[in-house]
Amino acid sequence: MNKKKTRPLAILKNGLLDENPTFRLLLGMCPTLAITTAAINGIGMGLAATFVLVGSNVFVSLLRNFIPPKVRIPAFVVIIAAFVTIVQLVLKAYVPALDKALGLFIPLIVVNCIIIARSEAFAYKNSVGASFLDGIGIGIGFTIALVLVASIREILGNGTIFGASLFGENFAPALGMVMPAGGFITLGLLIGLINKVVSVRQKKKGAH
Amino acid sequence: MEGFTGILLILLSSILVNNFVLSRILGICPFLGVSKRVETAVGMGFAVTFVMALASVICWIVQKAILDPLNIGYMQTIAFILVIAALVQLVEMALQKMVPSLYQALGIYLPLITTNCAVLGVAILNIDEGYNLIQTLVNGIGGALGFMLAIVLFAGIRERLELARIPEPLKDFPIALISAGLMSLAFLGFQGIV
Repeated sequence: MNKKKTRPLAILKNGLLDENPTFRLLLGMCPTLAITTAAINGIGMGLAATFVLVGSNVFVSLLRNFIPPKVRIPAFVVIIAAFVTIVQLVLKAYVPALDKALGLFIPLIVVNCIIIARSEAFAYKNSVGASFLDGIGIGIGFTIALVLVASIREILGNGTIFGASLFGENFAPALGMVMPAGGFITLGLLIGLINKVVSVRQKKKGAH
Repeated sequence: MEGFTGILLILLSSILVNNFVLSRILGICPFLGVSKRVETAVGMGFAVTFVMALASVICWIVQKAILDPLNIGYMQTIAFILVIAALVQLVEMALQKMVPSLYQALGIYLPLITTNCAVLGVAILNIDEGYNLIQTLVNGIGGALGFMLAIVLFAGIRERLELARIPEPLKDFPIALISAGLMSLAFLGFQGIV
């Protein structure tokens, strides 16, 4: 409680901007590339991962005084896997369309490095409340990144956004954008753009 | 799809057509993280091949011998990730005792395999596709060879990229992603084979 880092707003902002998992920490690349063919998938995957992240962060934080450091990684994995199973069953029961679209990548949330990285780097060392907020911040940051990448790919590759047609019937979509290749290239260019923005802003700060 | 032809089809499709990295987009973290040098990429490729083949078979047995008879299919994710984590640990200890030279060469890549989503991915795919034990083994080996092919080729490209003049914001990670995209386009050419 000594540093300013424990202020709720600062923790939230940290996950959204400074440590945005996709664009700044470069974690969790598989789902970012694989399921971002439609904006709605981005929201679905983002929310599923956020739920797991918040759940596992809170649990790891609750148990942080009981988990011996030597077996902490297996312990994290079991906690995360339990939450992933919950998400899997809930999606299958209530949102079968989304379950189909995300497919294999729902169970693979278990090995999403963002989640285990937050358990290790944040939840294992911080209070329950702070870990909860960190989970929300990082989760929403991840969701925004997914939706951004997915929107670009859906607009260019399919001519739609959230399923709604944008350009009328004469538009010839660039099919490559919704293929894996389009994912790699879109994300590469986006990260390049963000690097540029960050470096320009830092230069401005330095000049003052 | 019976017999030898069926097996060959699975092998070819898992190496080239449905390449794990470039068309299924699995195992991207090690693909991007351990591909700066060709030698380390080869080491990672061998380690993954070993674990993926073993994990495919053991997860299949766990599913058929434990999860299905007990009717606890929903425990699949937890069971598989534990199997893989334990397996990686065992392989690490076995190599250290029996083939220390290989253990030295693989170094930190071994423990990293636990979080390689291609390993868990192939184990789940085998069950979803309803493969039998032999098909599972072939799919595991094929998937791993495909991973090795992709990561070694990619490492070759990245070694050359280091010598190229690249705009500052695109350096390192972004340009690697873009190159991977172009590679993935090239692999689309295999689409018609199977």
